[in-house]
Amino acid sequence: MLEFRNIYYTYHTKEGETTAVKDLSFTVEDGQFVSVIGPSGCGKTTILSLAAGLLAPSAGEVIRGNGECGYMLQRDALFPWRTVEQNIFLPLEVKKRNTPEKRERAVELAVKYGLKDFLKKTPSQLSGGMRQRVALIRTLSAEPEILLLDEPFSALDYQTRLEVCDDVQSIIKSEKKTALLVTHDISEAIALSDKVVVLSARPATVVAQHMIDFGGNNPKSRRECGEFASTFEVLRKELGI
Amino acid sequence: MKNKKEKPNYSPEHIAYLKKEKNKKLIVHLSRVFVLVAVLGVWELFAQLKVINPFITSAPSRVCTTIASLYTDGTLFYHIGITLMETIVGFVLAVVLGYAVAVILWASETVRKVVEPYIVVLNSLPKIALGPLIIIWIGTGYDSIIFMTVLVSIIVCIMNMLAGFIAVDKTKLTLMKSMGAGRMTTLRKLIIPASLPALMNTLKVAVGLAWIGSIMGEYIVSKAGLGYLIVYGGQVFKLDLVMTATFILCLLAGGMYGIIALFEKKVVK
Repeated sequence: MLEFRNIYYTYHTKEGETTAVKDLSFTVEDGQFVSVIGPSGCGKTTILSLAAGLLAPSAGEVIRGNGECGYMLQRDALFPWRTVEQNIFLPLEVKKRNTPEKRERAVELAVKYGLKDFLKKTPSQLSGGMRQRVALIRTLSAEPEILLLDEPFSALDYQTRLEVCDDVQSIIKSEKKTALLVTHDISEAIALSDKVVVLSARPATVVAQHMIDFGGNNPKSRRECGEFASTFEVLRKELGI
Repeated sequence: MKNKKEKPNYSPEHIAYLKKEKNKKLIVHLSRVFVLVAVLGVWELFAQLKVINPFITSAPSRVCTTIASLYTDGTLFYHIGITLMETIVGFVLAVVLGYAVAVILWASETVRKVVEPYIVVLNSLPKIALGPLIIIWIGTGYDSIIFMTVLVSIIVCIMNMLAGFIAVDKTKLTLMKSMGAGRMTTLRKLIIPASLPALMNTLKVAVGLAWIGSIMGEYIVSKAGLGYLIVYGGQVFKLDLVMTATFILCLLAGGMYGIIALFEKKVVK
């Protein structure tokens, strides 16, 4: 699990100091998929960096379970000089866990999610949606407990986006991972999450939290559900747009 | 993306297109050969007809005779060998040292900021100005010439590689950081492979500069080599010798560039 407890974060530049996060508290339970939405520039990426431990909070405490965090970024950032398979092994190499067993597990994971025929290809031979899937499997190959997703669909075109959105959600659910997604896309947040946390403009603090439990556990049926539109309106008002 | 083994049953339209492309390429190649033959031909003809004074301008046939006589007295490959050795050793040293310095500058922003103005000044300094110093400090042997070669080419190697390192995609750097990669791991797994095109570019620029360095070095101080032949030929008014050495130099420099371009094709896909 992941818990933010009264987090403050201030960053410093030559021009001055900016409080990006102010008294922020929320919890991501084990196995939960939580989305954080907020107006653009409200410090969403900062929140992920805090969660990953790349940044230390100015005050407050981030409580992480004993597991590691895996990061998935806006763009797939696959290395073009490596094959899909070698890309998937990258976290193992970096974390010095590049054993045959771990590699085998990573390959199994890739095969399970339909990358069998792509393992020996280079990223440039894959479609945008496929590349994001590879990026997800790469993140999972190091077996993190918590996945941190930084608008991983925003660089994709609309159709691919819906597709990859469903794809990623189902993989994360079936691997029983805990996930924290930051996004500015309200419908994406509703479709994917068990819980949506709404942030204020900078300095970011929690405005509201909503448990989402209608429409079963898949994005497609949720989008078709009547409550989708009403929830959308509620969140939209809370964001002040 | 790359479908080299496309089905061979193209439409007639596509076959016509391919043919046109092939013809275009052929025309370019033939024209290149034609330009060379024409220049050499006109040069030879004018010299034969005494339109120009072959004593001053030399002529292709006289260049051939000079090459033959250098070959028979056994000094042709001696001079070529020496210049080639100086150029290659200087080139390799410049690239290796330049790469290493660039890595250090990449790794530490503070060092980079401290050193930056010095590199800029060294880059704009005409290296030949250091000629007398090099002779006095290092001597009159090959090492002076190699030193000059390194001096001429290293700064560009450093600047080019550093620019290549810094240009690496920020998202990929964030990814490495999120996986907990340290500087060395980031360098090995990301920076070095990602900057391979920059390295190839650097090699191409550096090889040209290395030739400038070695010939300049031979102008200042030498007992043998192609640069020496040019200077010596100029002093004793043997323009055939000057032209011959220049011609050989063209071949060698072009050949070396060609090898690097070929290497690039192999390495960067």
